[in-house]
Amino acid sequence: MATEAAPMSTADGSGSAARRRAAGGTARGVARVAVLVAILVVVLYPLIWVLGSSLKSPTEVASNLSVIPRDPTWANYPDGWNYLSNISFGRFFWNSTVISMATVVANAVSCLLAAYAFARLRFRARRFWFAIMIGTLLLPSHVLIVPQYIMFNSFGWIDTPLPLIVPKLLATEAFFVFLMVQFMRGIPRELDDAAKIDGCSPFGVFRYVIVPLARPALVTTAIFSFIWTWNDFLTQLIYLPSVESYTVPIGLRLFIDSTGQTSLGPMFAMSVLSLLPVFLFFLAFQKMLVQGINTSGLKG
Amino acid sequence: MTTKPAPATTSTTAPVSPNRRRGSAKGGSRRHGEGLAGYVFLSPWLLGLMAITAFPMLFSLYLSFTNYDILSSWEFVEWVGFENYWDLFVNDQTFRHSVQVTLIFAFVAVPLKLAAALGVALLLNRETRGVGLFRSLFYLPSLLGGSVALALIWRAMFSGDGAFNDFLGLFGITGQPWVNDPDWALETLMVLAIWQFGAPMVIFLAGLKQVPTELYEAASVDGAGKIRQFFNVTLPMLSPVIFFNLVLETINGFQGFTAAFVISNGTGGPVDSTMLYTLYLYTKGFTEFQMGYASALAWVFLIAIGLITVLFFSTGRFWVHYSDGDND
Repeated sequence: MATEAAPMSTADGSGSAARRRAAGGTARGVARVAVLVAILVVVLYPLIWVLGSSLKSPTEVASNLSVIPRDPTWANYPDGWNYLSNISFGRFFWNSTVISMATVVANAVSCLLAAYAFARLRFRARRFWFAIMIGTLLLPSHVLIVPQYIMFNSFGWIDTPLPLIVPKLLATEAFFVFLMVQFMRGIPRELDDAAKIDGCSPFGVFRYVIVPLARPALVTTAIFSFIWTWNDFLTQLIYLPSVESYTVPIGLRLFIDSTGQTSLGPMFAMSVLSLLPVFLFFLAFQKMLVQGINTSGLKG
Repeated sequence: MTTKPAPATTSTTAPVSPNRRRGSAKGGSRRHGEGLAGYVFLSPWLLGLMAITAFPMLFSLYLSFTNYDILSSWEFVEWVGFENYWDLFVNDQTFRHSVQVTLIFAFVAVPLKLAAALGVALLLNRETRGVGLFRSLFYLPSLLGGSVALALIWRAMFSGDGAFNDFLGLFGITGQPWVNDPDWALETLMVLAIWQFGAPMVIFLAGLKQVPTELYEAASVDGAGKIRQFFNVTLPMLSPVIFFNLVLETINGFQGFTAAFVISNGTGGPVDSTMLYTLYLYTKGFTEFQMGYASALAWVFLIAIGLITVLFFSTGRFWVHYSDGDND
């Protein structure tokens, strides 16, 4: 239906449209920005609210309805940090960091290898395996948790980070394989051919052409790997049962059971701290991507 | 192109004439080498597919026909045939209820989320100063929203003396403890899902940029107003992107777990009102240790998601408009 109009576009039509857009454009523009700002306030409100609440004393959390604390105090942060008497949140942050960083490296390496094979190399049954890979993209992870748990349990891997990291070493995050395949398809094949003429084997092409040029895709993979692992709850809940191996999300879960005003402040404080790394990644996100594109030489 | 595959030249091969090179590439020895390299590069993924995905899937299919629980040893495992499946569909009230809750959640929250995403994307699509900043800030909830921290914050905000009721109080409305009310607990989860409209919004924005401006100009020459332009130009041209978002968000919607777990403290309550399917699966498998039964749940889930995906793709033909074969 839309395409019927397509052949009608002529030069004299654009002039009147532009004029119409300019007339009344400013009033409408101001209204549009006002609507956007209003939506933004609603969207950001929960975050501002929790930040404000984390700085309120127990009595103020109950009495002061304003977002801004009347009498800001940092006390909730040490209280939350040492919420459990025998172990601090520092341990949980350390565990989360180790698992997230290991996942970043594992995903980046394993998915890059698989993606190179799919995007560039000719081998038997490539299309078949590629179709299977796309199929696993849509496979809900919940379907596999029971048998995987039984399997890792029989290996004696419960309460270690291994069930969380080893699968990532085997490129099981199909989303990143797919993302990298898509990216590599955009790298000109002439570069591969040039390297081959210079005597490169498939390994040489990978090492000297694909790896340096795929950096933006690697950066994207690293960022999302980190954030998703940092936020992940279900697998960490299942595989990390003892307090010493808790990660931040599992540690935060302890606040669910506690009721009453005294634990609200520490809960808000630890929630803010747990969101902070993701927020920092968010701030650096675009800058890193631009940087990745610039240094990879894709800009031309 | 300022690319630098320069170090490649350092590897050594005897100079070969172009003709021979082409001959050898066709003749198999080189291609054979590439085929081998293909499987070398693919081997971690293949191993993962076999050990982490395919084997557990088949294992879970087997388990779904047994009464396996992880506590007793393998000698006591009994083959029970279709008993688990029979129990599910015939006797299990909670199963039926969790299917209902999950369907309501996915088919209400996802369309509303996509509507919000498209609406804000349309507002951002014009040349406004600070589009980049708006886009980033709207995207932020999508990064944070899946976390336990956000679910805790949500629980506090929608509790009896939470921020939402404080807000309602400004208008003289006395709210209630939303997360503790069986009629409203699922709605608070939906609001949390809709709050994360930023990710589909970014995809919509990229799609809107692809719509040729000539189409709008032509439509306005033909006398079509803004609303007709939206329905006759924007929506059809955007339909592939809408389809993509719809499939992705619906499949994700079926898999919500964290927020339901945190808000109900792992119980799916109050009165099973937040018992999403995945939460029920977790309860059966990991708090009641009925792993055979949980495996049956998992396979029903897998087949249901497969069917819904097929349904999407088969109905997609009727409303998804691909402009590749133009001017028909």
